Amino acid sequence: MNTESMTETMTETGDFAMSAEEKHVVEEDLHGIATDDTETVGKPLLAPEKSRMTCRNVYVYYGEKMAIDNCSLDIGKNEVLSMIGPSGCGKSTFLRCLNRMNDTIDICRVEGEIKLDKQDIHDPKLDVVPLRARVGMVFQKPNPFPKSIYDNIAYGPRIHGMVDNKSDTDELVETSLQRAGLWEEVKDRLDAPGTGLSGGQQQRLCIARAIAVNPEVILMDEPCSALDPIATAKIEELIDELREEFTIAIVTHSMQQAARVSQRTAYFHLGKLIEVGKTDKVFTNPEHKLTEDYITGRFG
Amino acid sequence: MNNSNRQSIAEIVEKSLAKRKAKEKRFRFAGMLAVITALIMLAVLLLSIVVTGLPAFTQTAIKLDFHFEESLLPADTELTDEVIASMDFHSLVKKTLREKFPMVKKRGDKKALYKMISNGAPYQLRDMLIEDHSLLGKTVPVWVLADDEVDSIFKGSKTIADSRLTETQYGWVRQLVAEDRVVTRFNWTFFQNGDSREPEQSGIRGAIMGSLLVIIVTLGLSFPMGVAAAVYLEEYAKPSRLNDLIEININNLAAVPSIVFGLLGLAVYINFMGMPRSAPLVAGLVLTLMTLPTIIIASRAALKSVPPSIREAALGMGASKMQMIFHHVLPLAMPGMLTGSIIGMAQALGETAPLLMIGMIAFIVDIPQGFMDPATVLPVQIYLWADVPEAAFRERTAAAIMVLLAFLVTMNLLAVWLRKKFEKRW
Repeated sequence: MNTESMTETMTETGDFAMSAEEKHVVEEDLHGIATDDTETVGKPLLAPEKSRMTCRNVYVYYGEKMAIDNCSLDIGKNEVLSMIGPSGCGKSTFLRCLNRMNDTIDICRVEGEIKLDKQDIHDPKLDVVPLRARVGMVFQKPNPFPKSIYDNIAYGPRIHGMVDNKSDTDELVETSLQRAGLWEEVKDRLDAPGTGLSGGQQQRLCIARAIAVNPEVILMDEPCSALDPIATAKIEELIDELREEFTIAIVTHSMQQAARVSQRTAYFHLGKLIEVGKTDKVFTNPEHKLTEDYITGRFG
Repeated sequence: MNNSNRQSIAEIVEKSLAKRKAKEKRFRFAGMLAVITALIMLAVLLLSIVVTGLPAFTQTAIKLDFHFEESLLPADTELTDEVIASMDFHSLVKKTLREKFPMVKKRGDKKALYKMISNGAPYQLRDMLIEDHSLLGKTVPVWVLADDEVDSIFKGSKTIADSRLTETQYGWVRQLVAEDRVVTRFNWTFFQNGDSREPEQSGIRGAIMGSLLVIIVTLGLSFPMGVAAAVYLEEYAKPSRLNDLIEININNLAAVPSIVFGLLGLAVYINFMGMPRSAPLVAGLVLTLMTLPTIIIASRAALKSVPPSIREAALGMGASKMQMIFHHVLPLAMPGMLTGSIIGMAQALGETAPLLMIGMIAFIVDIPQGFMDPATVLPVQIYLWADVPEAAFRERTAAAIMVLLAFLVTMNLLAVWLRKKFEKRW
């Protein structure tokens, strides 16, 4: 089993004096939910009424290679959960499981149970299309459609049948752009191509596009990594505002960003979920040595 | 490493430097020579075609005064189009010529006189009268086409010694010239008439219509099929042995000699399915098979070039796979697909061998109106005329080649322009 081999490697190198037992945690203030078989430190799981999405024992394989090893994590309602970790630790892979974007990759295999509002998202009776409408995604590199700004926002509502006529569509476009903080800048040029905007504006357009379909959860995969600091600041502000209506899970490479933006933080390491907890605590007083090493810069 | 060693390396390099530079220079020279040779050969080819073909774009016309006598109309008959069609305009032409040249007495000379005018002149007069019944009884000056012998001499394509015209005949021509009755004008007949045994009356209209009908069928069938096949192979097909086999076969089809498709058309469409020979529909079906691989390969390349970020963005919005393909991927891939199709059509336009097999080699005079009418296409028309020894037809062959080349260049330029225009978009 991979866990054991990892433990062995660690004790061999002597850097991490860890054993499988030390990583067991039983959570007290959860309402009767046992977490004996998880190695994750902190509070990965939440009370059932507080969580929007729940993941239990998720494994992800790319062909033979295991990318995510037994992760169990809950994402709470109206919270921003940030996922941090060194490159290649599987946080983007895990994020993509949440809206089944990994289905598009042939060799990728997802096992385990992921639920959105108590519904199993892998239920064969359910179509993936409504799932992706309820769980929106913003990608690392801004990817507006090569259409007008108006059509970018209107596309999602149109294909899902949310709007019938032009005035409804106009209203929805305006509302989405306003929520994304982009309305003032583009209201005079809604017919201009979306690709003609600056990087930061494009990313805000992508966020507006995602919120136009009124999802329940928004997944963000390193949304600011391609942007300059000012654009980044604007988007972080936006995330804070969006938190009131949506649940947001954000993958970020920047620990400072995670500290600024999120309420809970999850630390991934080589495919395993090491620690989850309140952001302040994880950054100031982490429970796991690996987390501490990453945060202090000794690793990754 | 001490200084002296370093010095000698520099010297060694210096010595070889001259040699290396000379080699580069020779190579560049060879390259330029190759390009210039190719350009010269191209120029020679084009020049010879243009020089041969340019005379075909002009024709010689002779003005004669024709008296549409009442005696043409039989007594007590109404002047209808059918009656006009049965009138003897041949005699009218001969009579007019005799009156113009009253000194011509001998029978042999008279025959020679009649030969100076194209034998399409009577039909021209008939059509004039059909169009305007009131001409009956009037004398009207009409420009009729000169016979191709006169035409050739006039344009300088032949000397009198080479032609079949005698000095006497040429004397008559000179008299007409003196009377300002001979003119050289643009050869509209070339673009208005179909094929004919008489060079001065022959044109490429039938061939152009045939080519147009064939291209419509080919485009109408191969473009949707090619695009659909490319979308399926690129987006939906899971990698498997069957799909590998299909891919290999499609790529190989692109290399099959075109005449094989003609044999297929003959065996399957004409013999087995009983379709009419020489029909643009059959030709279109044959050429569809030929251009399909080209379109599929070009379309697949275009689909591959759509960035995955667009696909992910669409899927992330909750678009179904089909919506993603039709709303986002296809529009972005369309320029590449169109370019490939236009190039495929340009190839199809110039195809001769498969169409010969399905019977388009026939001598077809009427302009084809529909997809089932017997037709011929431009390259086949060129092939047919190239066999005829008359100087006038040699000119027309070259002129038809120029028209075909003009079409091909235009289509390829259109493809290039399309590609450039959409390259900037994203």
